[in-house]
Amino acid sequence: MGGYFSDIFNGSKSLLIGMGITFREFFKPIVTVQYPYQTIKMSARFRGHIELIADEEGKPKCVSCGMCERACPSGCITLGSVSVEIEVDGKMKKKKVLSKYDLDFTKCSLCGQCVENCNFGAIEFSKEYNLASSNKEDFHFNLLKRLEERNV
Amino acid sequence: MSAPIQLQPGETFILNVGPQHPATHGVLRVKMEMDGEYIVKAETVLGYVHRMHEKMGENRTYAQYLPNLSRLDYLGALGYTHGHVLLIERAAGIEVPERAEYIRAITVELNRLASHLFWFGCYVMDLGGFSPLMYALEDREYILDMLEAVTGARLTYCYYRFGGLYNDVDDDFIEAANRFIPRMRKSLKKYAALVTGNIIFQKRLEGIGHISAEMCRKYGATGAVARGSGIDFDVRKNEPYSVYPEFDFDIPVYHECDSMARFKVRMDEMEQSLRIIEQGLAKLPGGPIMAEKKPKNIKLPVGDFYQAVETARGSFGIRIVSDGDKNAYRLKLRSPTYSNMHLFDEACEGMMIMDALAFMGSLDLVIPEIDR
Amino acid sequence: MSLTVLNVIVAVVIAIGFAALNAAYLVWAERRGAARIQRRPGPNINGPFGLLQPPLDGIKLMTKQIMIPGGADKILFMVAPVLAMAPAILSFVTIPFSETIVAHNMDIGLLMIFAFASMGALAVLFAGWGSRNKYSVMASVRAVSQNVSYEIPMLITAITVVMITGSMDLKVITNAQAGGFWHWNIFPSLHSPLMPLSFILFFICSLAETNRAPFDLGEAESELVAGFHTEYGSMGFGLFFMGEYANIVIGASLTTILFLGGWDCPFGLFPGVWWFLLKIYLLIATFIWIRWTFPRTTIYGLLNLSWKILIPLSLFNLLLTAGLLKVF
Ligand code: SF4
Ligand code: SF4
Repeated sequence: MGGYFSDIFNGSKSLLIGMGITFREFFKPIVTVQYPYQTIKMSARFRGHIELIADEEGKPKCVSCGMCERACPSGCITLGSVSVEIEVDGKMKKKKVLSKYDLDFTKCSLCGQCVENCNFGAIEFSKEYNLASSNKEDFHFNLLKRLEERNV
Repeated sequence: MSAPIQLQPGETFILNVGPQHPATHGVLRVKMEMDGEYIVKAETVLGYVHRMHEKMGENRTYAQYLPNLSRLDYLGALGYTHGHVLLIERAAGIEVPERAEYIRAITVELNRLASHLFWFGCYVMDLGGFSPLMYALEDREYILDMLEAVTGARLTYCYYRFGGLYNDVDDDFIEAANRFIPRMRKSLKKYAALVTGNIIFQKRLEGIGHISAEMCRKYGATGAVARGSGIDFDVRKNEPYSVYPEFDFDIPVYHECDSMARFKVRMDEMEQSLRIIEQGLAKLPGGPIMAEKKPKNIKLPVGDFYQAVETARGSFGIRIVSDGDKNAYRLKLRSPTYSNMHLFDEACEGMMIMDALAFMGSLDLVIPEIDR
Repeated sequence: MSLTVLNVIVAVVIAIGFAALNAAYLVWAERRGAARIQRRPGPNINGPFGLLQPPLDGIKLMTKQIMIPGGADKILFMVAPVLAMAPAILSFVTIPFSETIVAHNMDIGLLMIFAFASMGALAVLFAGWGSRNKYSVMASVRAVSQNVSYEIPMLITAITVVMITGSMDLKVITNAQAGGFWHWNIFPSLHSPLMPLSFILFFICSLAETNRAPFDLGEAESELVAGFHTEYGSMGFGLFFMGEYANIVIGASLTTILFLGGWDCPFGLFPGVWWFLLKIYLLIATFIWIRWTFPRTTIYGLLNLSWKILIPLSLFNLLLTAGLLKVF
């Protein structure tokens, strides 16, 4: 019988303690971010999709060696290159020039293998996170075009 | 209009819980044979999110497989990648700098904390209390912010590399972590008062979902499920790896075998994780974070390798059979929740559905990790 | 005679308006309150402080198609939401908001409200059975057994009050508590020293009667999906929702009248309907506060609470009051 009443007493006490906690929380300030109206800055190391880096002339630094393409576990990167002849020290030399750099972001796992495997520092992560679309094609990025657009 | 169902006395009906049910937290389906509100027999049906992670491991180089392991258990991803890198390093004979190991331990424990916080919140929500989830998520947000600043991702980290880390932690991280620890201790007190002490909560967990130690052994249950049944087993202590032997921490064990015991084990584990993080931050040595001698293309010697780690959900094992190539000949993942989940079928017989779902929450299931 | 009929019709229309307005803005208040407890802002986009949210939600619900699941019992399925809402509105007719604001005062107002309150269980049962959904049936069976076991202690505590006042007329009960807050029934008096206890009992029972958390077993969204209204969409769901909030208002009003002195003001200042509204909204705020603090009970925990704690205590209280009334 004593257990019966102490049960009721302790139970009610625990309920009141809980209500006290939520009561205190009620008057504390709001901690959420009102997303479309407020945004937060992404941290410096945030990994968005990859982006080509331009050299001083605005051309991609990439030499189309294909390391990133091979390293990518998901096969998201498709490279294309044309060889052009350019004059170096009076001699005509063949050189590969990047003509296509497509990223299929639908498959990308943001692992960072491509960035780490690039020996030329030609790609980096963007800070883009506002990516939403109901169309799959919107996530097939033409990185060369994006680079040009960024340049203008 | 079709004829109404006529249930004869003693007759049972089948209730499909899932694949889309609020309590299964993912695409798990439980086929329950019900007698009124009582479960006569339950059968868990798996495979809705099977992604062939094991097979992928056999088709990719070891480095390419790194991102996969953070997609098993999206709540405590770092523990799984830790197991993978440890195994490859041991097999390939790569020496890891001490600083890297310390940072690994700290981040794994932070991740374990985040995972337990999320479980705690969801579990209370399963039982109908919504607000604790929000408090837990707020605390978890601090951890995710810290980890994001270091790893660049919030959930599916790809941070560890063979021989070290992707990048180093900075002073900001150490400072943030040091600030976080007292905050978290305060929150844990709040949770104890708001949830653990609550009479309704206690009445719902105590004595519900009895799992004996024998059953745990039979099904290979590990983690908090086994420790809640009085089995003192934690890979971090029993088969020490990484720098864990250098930390002073306890393994909480409860002998009640019920949902409350499992709940308390996890709540106590959060405190232990905090202790590890505290010590790790204090002891953090300087030096490089990447091994100096490291082959560019990793090939394992011919052989059979196994590494177990203690993740947030239990003992995770990864086994690689290598034929000397740059990808595995056979890769097997032993995921803790897969074993833990199978307890459900046997243990929930005769329970009422609300108790069974409360019991299921105490197993801490993450479905993509079961299905792999 | 015809004037009375007209009176009642007007009153019912006003009651519908009052119930609908209350339901709509209690949802808003609940969402805002819950949000504050959880440290987020809650609905704040539509209009100032999100005040346009309820009418917009209403429009959304009304423009949605009514879906009747295959194999459902159409009649029961359609009747249930109406049955959830109608008794709640009818109960408003006899609630005295102040000395003058009462649609139709009755000698047996208390009895009528209890009679209508029991019809709510019927609506839940119809909805659950009519939906032809296993979860719904389970939920409705739960809700009915819950209602049955909570009406008993609720009635017993109400009878205690009736015995003290000697009337079932809500106006008389209120007037008996007039003249300073120490006359309110919540405070112990010579005849019934356990009144604060019966107030708590009554409050718990009204939580359970209205299927509010922690006793929301009929909904139990993490177990039974959405309980008895799993299959309802559009305004069917809307009516259940409004019915729930209307019932909360009635529960709070009844508690106010029986224990908190109705429209009586604590110190004899500005008597009137304001005090009544203030009291019921304070009670409703407590309802909301409780809901967002506690986890849900189990069905047997709930029945245990009722049969092992609430009913014995309320019976004891009743006997004590009866004895003391006889003695003094
Ligand atoms: S981040 Fe990983 S998955 Fe994405 S493109 Fe680079 S290598 Fe491929
Ligand atoms: S590895 Fe670097 S340089 Fe080579 S193709 Fe990729 S981006 Fe270009």
